[in-house]
Amino acid sequence: MATVGIRDVRKRFGNFEVLHGVSVDIADGDFVVLVGPSGCGKSTLLRMLAGLENISAGEISIGGRVVNTVPPKDRDIAMVFQNYALYPHMTVFDNMAFSMKLAGAPRNVMEQEVGRAAKILGLETLLERFPRQLSGGQRQRVAMGRAIVRNPQVFLFDEPLSNLDAKLRVQMRSEIKELHQRLKVTTVYVTHDQIEAMTMADQIVVMNHGIIEQAGPPLALYDKPANIFVAGFIGSPAMNLVDGVVKGGVFRTPDGTPWPLPPGTNAAPGPVTYGIRPEHLRLDPEGMPALVQLVEPTGSETQVLFRLGETQFSGAFRERVTARPGDMLRVGPDPALVHLFDKATGQRI
Amino acid sequence: MSAVTAAEWIKARRDPSWIVKLFDWKPFLVIVCLLPAVGLLMTFLTYPLGLGIFLAFTDTTIGRRGVWVGLENFEYLLSDPIWRNAVFYSVFYTGIATIGKFGLGLWLALLLNQHMPFKSIIRAIILLPWIVPTVLSAIAFWWIYDPQFSIISYIFVEVLGWRSTNIDFIGTEWPARFSLIVANIWRGIPFVAISLLAGLQTISPSLYEAALLDGSTSWQRFRFITFPMLLPILAIVMTFSIIFTFTDFQLVYAITRGGPVNSTHLLATLAFQRGIAGGELGEGAAIAVSMIPFLVAATLFSYFALARRKWQQGESND
Ligand SMILES: Nc1ncnc2c1ncn2[C@@H]1O[C@H](COP(=O)(O)OP(=O)(O)O)[C@@H](O)[C@H]1O
Ligand SMILES: [Mg+2]
Repeated sequence: MATVGIRDVRKRFGNFEVLHGVSVDIADGDFVVLVGPSGCGKSTLLRMLAGLENISAGEISIGGRVVNTVPPKDRDIAMVFQNYALYPHMTVFDNMAFSMKLAGAPRNVMEQEVGRAAKILGLETLLERFPRQLSGGQRQRVAMGRAIVRNPQVFLFDEPLSNLDAKLRVQMRSEIKELHQRLKVTTVYVTHDQIEAMTMADQIVVMNHGIIEQAGPPLALYDKPANIFVAGFIGSPAMNLVDGVVKGGVFRTPDGTPWPLPPGTNAAPGPVTYGIRPEHLRLDPEGMPALVQLVEPTGSETQVLFRLGETQFSGAFRERVTARPGDMLRVGPDPALVHLFDKATGQRI
Repeated sequence: MSAVTAAEWIKARRDPSWIVKLFDWKPFLVIVCLLPAVGLLMTFLTYPLGLGIFLAFTDTTIGRRGVWVGLENFEYLLSDPIWRNAVFYSVFYTGIATIGKFGLGLWLALLLNQHMPFKSIIRAIILLPWIVPTVLSAIAFWWIYDPQFSIISYIFVEVLGWRSTNIDFIGTEWPARFSLIVANIWRGIPFVAISLLAGLQTISPSLYEAALLDGSTSWQRFRFITFPMLLPILAIVMTFSIIFTFTDFQLVYAITRGGPVNSTHLLATLAFQRGIAGGELGEGAAIAVSMIPFLVAATLFSYFALARRKWQQGESND
């Protein structure tokens, strides 16, 4: 187990810079999720941690030791690949024992260690099978088993669940989380799925276009997104973001509809982006009359798409909404849960 | 316009004509689809092969219809030192050339699978020996091995001054045998290298990355990942290569014509020599037929070596 330090790391492929100075500090035993849209450089950063890509600038340390020039096998890390990268010509046992075999471990040590990992993952009955004879979830577990057997200081996961179907993904999500709670090994987990990030992480690092937009615990990112990108990326259904201006103590959309500002805000008059999460809208007899466009009951809550003047926004309500498209409903934001962002810089006000 | 209900309209549809029915009839379709392939195979494969085997049991010569002589041709061959020498040289030639082609071909394929500048140009150059017609390359080697004008002799004698006489490449038995093998290896490398390169490229790079993290050395990655994963394609390519080499004709015939003193005859060149040049069609056919057991052995090797390995099989074959 170890801390991981990433300091001002840059990565260039030829003249094309994909990481523009990234810094993350990971505490011992933390489960950190790197999340961001496809192509933002998450995998590149993870592969640099693993030693599979060299570091163009900056410094990466594992357990306090700078590893910029340390070859992958000496970094004491284990990685689970997106496509699992199981050796197709080896049985599950041989896949998991491969690192020990390379190191010349005796047979009984291999059996003991593989047995331990197989027990944790419920793979005992599959040890003689070949990867082709396994289901997606089982392959995923073998890939994790191969990592566990190594007893590494740090686990790296690169979108390990993206090849699984939705149900299995939810199941493996909790299995990985449980595994982490049991082994308490520092883990860096890459995904593009913000729900995975929210549910699994101790710390989330939101990346976009090769920079870090915000890092922090999941609920801190949800409650206080630092900028418009994080506000729109974290949370499902996504936050409503409406452009307009602050004037005379209220926020007005271009068509003039007033929306309440959060109490005690120090927003200066001028153009802002107004953010309110769908679940923070309330059905309120005093609220703004909005036209119902679409009603989607999911059972536990009801999502409603509204139009108010020129503005479209959605709400999610715990109570049953009986309105039908075309009806008018009075809704209002909870002012304390409104987010304001500077329109020019995108930063939170 | 009178209204037609759906039920009436369906009823009004005509039965398909007999020709449509015929083409829907499976046995008919099977025969029609197979006919061209079967016809071609019969004409160009089965007939010549059958005729060759038949001739091997007759004493036909050019211009004279022979009579059935049973195994006489084969009995004669077994006691014929030239035939026995051809069998020996065919096996020797195939064995040494295969080892050479696969050693060098695998090495080249591994090299070409690395990132390097001008990769595609180098790959194209590698293919050259294979693209050039065999007879042309045979003539080139003929010059290279020429007693007087050999460029290799020239380099050793005139340029480096390491020797005072020209090298005798194809004038005596053993040098001639090895010279031909070298020419065959040169010609066979591209096929092996390109096929194996294709095989190498099907191996996912993430396997090497996983192995790198597992702490492997580059030799271990070759030994435990590249080689086992290449084995299926290696076995196929080797079978083909063995068959092509064993039945080789052009190189030997163009460079030495089986000489000196019949020492470099392969079965194919000997069959041609006796059957066509010498006019003894029956005996030539018997020599050609005597290759069959060797080719069957090579094919069986492929059948067993290629039998899909367990790791390639899916759940159903567990
Ligand atoms: N080997 C490479 N050569 C050039 N560009 C690359 C290479 N690997 C990744 N990139 C580029 O770097 C960017 C980030 O890639 P990646 O880290 O894989 O993104 P993701 O966040 O989806 O995992 C992408 O624009 C990708 O095209
Ligand atoms: Mg990726």
